[in-house]
Amino acid sequence: MAIAFKSPITGFFQLKKNNPETHSFLRFSTQRFATPARRFTPMAAISTVPTVGLSETFTRLKKQGKVAFIPYITAGDPDLSTTAEALKVLDSCGSDIIELGVPYSDPLADGPVIQAAATRSLARGTNYNAIISMLKEVIPQLSSPIALFSYYNPILKRGVEQFMSTIKDVGVHGLVVPDVPLEETEILRREASKHGIELVLLTTPTTPTERMKAIVEAAEGFVYLVSSIGVTGARASVSDRVQTLLQDIKAATTKPVAVGFGISKPEHVKQVVEWGADGVIVGSAMVKLLNEAKSPEEGLKELEVFTKSLKAALD
Amino acid sequence: MASAAAAATTTTATHSSSIRTHRFKPSIHLPFRFRRFTPTYPSASLLAISCTISTRDPPDLRMDDNGSSTPLQRPDSFGRFGKFGGKYVPETLMHALSELESAFHALAGDHEFQKELHGVLKDYVGRESPLYFAERLTEHYKRPNGEGPLIYLKREDLNHTGAHKINNAIAQALLAKRLGKKRIIAETGAGQHGVATATVCARFGLQCIIYMGAQDMERQALNVFRMRLLGAEVRPVHSGTATLKDATSEAIRDWVTNVETTHYILGSVAGPHPYPMMVREFHAVIGKETRKQALEKWGGGPDVLVACVGGGSNAIGLFHEFVGDKDVRLIGVEAAGFGLDSGKHAATLTKGEVGVLHGAMSYLLQDDDGQIIEPHSISAGLDYPGVGPEHSYLKDIGRAEYYSVTDDEALEAFKRLSRLEGIIPALETSHALAYLEQLCPTLPNGTRVVLNCSGRGDKDVQTAIKRLQL
Repeated sequence: MAIAFKSPITGFFQLKKNNPETHSFLRFSTQRFATPARRFTPMAAISTVPTVGLSETFTRLKKQGKVAFIPYITAGDPDLSTTAEALKVLDSCGSDIIELGVPYSDPLADGPVIQAAATRSLARGTNYNAIISMLKEVIPQLSSPIALFSYYNPILKRGVEQFMSTIKDVGVHGLVVPDVPLEETEILRREASKHGIELVLLTTPTTPTERMKAIVEAAEGFVYLVSSIGVTGARASVSDRVQTLLQDIKAATTKPVAVGFGISKPEHVKQVVEWGADGVIVGSAMVKLLNEAKSPEEGLKELEVFTKSLKAALD
Repeated sequence: MASAAAAATTTTATHSSSIRTHRFKPSIHLPFRFRRFTPTYPSASLLAISCTISTRDPPDLRMDDNGSSTPLQRPDSFGRFGKFGGKYVPETLMHALSELESAFHALAGDHEFQKELHGVLKDYVGRESPLYFAERLTEHYKRPNGEGPLIYLKREDLNHTGAHKINNAIAQALLAKRLGKKRIIAETGAGQHGVATATVCARFGLQCIIYMGAQDMERQALNVFRMRLLGAEVRPVHSGTATLKDATSEAIRDWVTNVETTHYILGSVAGPHPYPMMVREFHAVIGKETRKQALEKWGGGPDVLVACVGGGSNAIGLFHEFVGDKDVRLIGVEAAGFGLDSGKHAATLTKGEVGVLHGAMSYLLQDDDGQIIEPHSISAGLDYPGVGPEHSYLKDIGRAEYYSVTDDEALEAFKRLSRLEGIIPALETSHALAYLEQLCPTLPNGTRVVLNCSGRGDKDVQTAIKRLQL
């Protein structure tokens, strides 16, 4: 886990941006998932600095007075090779942690945009093994840690222990399981900690304070504050409640808190940062953009522009 | 089984005939009595015609894989039936689920609430439902030597709205009123639960939104019209496979979004705790009446109970009262669709694997990646890839048996009951009826079989027309 890779290098962010893009072709020629003749965007970088885990990433950012930018995309939408490219784009445009959604047939916590992305992805034949193969190839080229966002059933089907060990092997650092509340996390927490995976837990506006305290106590990596009552998806504005919720959480823990669900614009990002968030998660807006682009290449370009605009709001 | 007097009479009868006396604790609080399944002295329990329910406070232990000392105490405080059940939902819903559980327990002891519920069940739903001796069906299964089982139908099809579903819908609507929630949502497959929910919302003046798969809306156009006629808004669900599982997911998403104003009337013994327990208790009246009626009719109890299982609410409603009666066979019948090996079926308990869907751990139809597989059944009400967690538990501990019958077998039974008894059963119920073909030849002479006639088949004639040559 993070500690194992702890590196004294402090110029982490500068370094990764200036990385040369050599070798990238070589790496990719070995991939097992289908790569069309598409060229790879030159911003793909090979990390020369060992990637650190989620909480360590927050610690480093905090020292620099920065807030983590955490984009989300769904694996396999529109296809896995585009996902691979998108991860590299997000990484090179200054993402600090990347959340990658594992598509599931019945995504209860997701709004229409991410639901549709999962349906498209599964319809194209995306499966667990293909995602793992893709990650095995791509993660070594990224400097930001990856957190998987997966519903519980696909994890159970593999076996919790097997799942943790597999994702650890390919270099995943964190895990978010949106349909497993605190009471049911026992096995996940045990296996995650055994394998050095940081299990992120969610707290929401409907979570009573006492319960929130138990959640933040058990959370690893960071505390995921769901900004609104509802499923994932862009919203016009961020609820004022988030400010109070952040204060409450901050009073209960020193762990970093990232805000997600409904954050889609630079204004939103600015707002939650002002309220004291340590990280900002943007999902549906990213997914929508990739889907609505005329071609995967267009999508990747737009993703780059959009990511930079959100990242700029953080600086 | 309303009055205390009736209950007392029944008790005496039970005692004198000493049939499973230790299990029979009559209660006038119909839907809310929690059996603790702790051994009690028969005489003591007989004297206790008490109106109290045991305020459920099971020991704080998790029944992991290999059981506990009281395997029939269920669910535990985590909402677990053995390893099944639980609450696998987004955090946003956790508070609402605890609130619901508290309200449920509080109302169990609320005399006014009990009275109101009982009154509505009697005068509006038309309870109790008859236990009918199916004479010609019994005749049909007689062997050449004149021997065979005796078949009784528990006539839930005679309830208002034509199925057992209303028992639960009424009780949950009353619960929602007590919670101060005026917006009701529900999922529906065949439309029976949707109609029941729309009905009770009309009756109690609540706003009603029903989620229904776009595909099911086509298959069950009549029920869609019924719901709209009753004032409900029917929202088509196009996501995923546009059937019951997607309608359920969409209802849960609505609830996640509107949890502060909305109550979700879940229609089966599925979903996160406390639903499987709560819905069971609201349907337990089926089994309780059966026990009383059996006693009145033949001075004994049933030997075999048969019911169809989709999510499993009508089956649990019938079984629950008898789970502690070890000599009563409990048989659930699932939908084998085009056949168990066709890949197109809804036989979750027969062919499924353990997983988590819609908030509970249970058997599921899933692929190697843990993606949910779309089931198939001619009966929209059985067309569900999951099953209530308590059924998974009863299967695993060997207390209940589960079998399956195909679409064709169900259609034959649909026709058979219509012709032999003048009762057109729902296609769901027809699955239970179809299993009699295999079951009856194996039963000793005089075995008393009670089959839950869970719904009437008027809603299914459109489907049947396409498949039956008459």
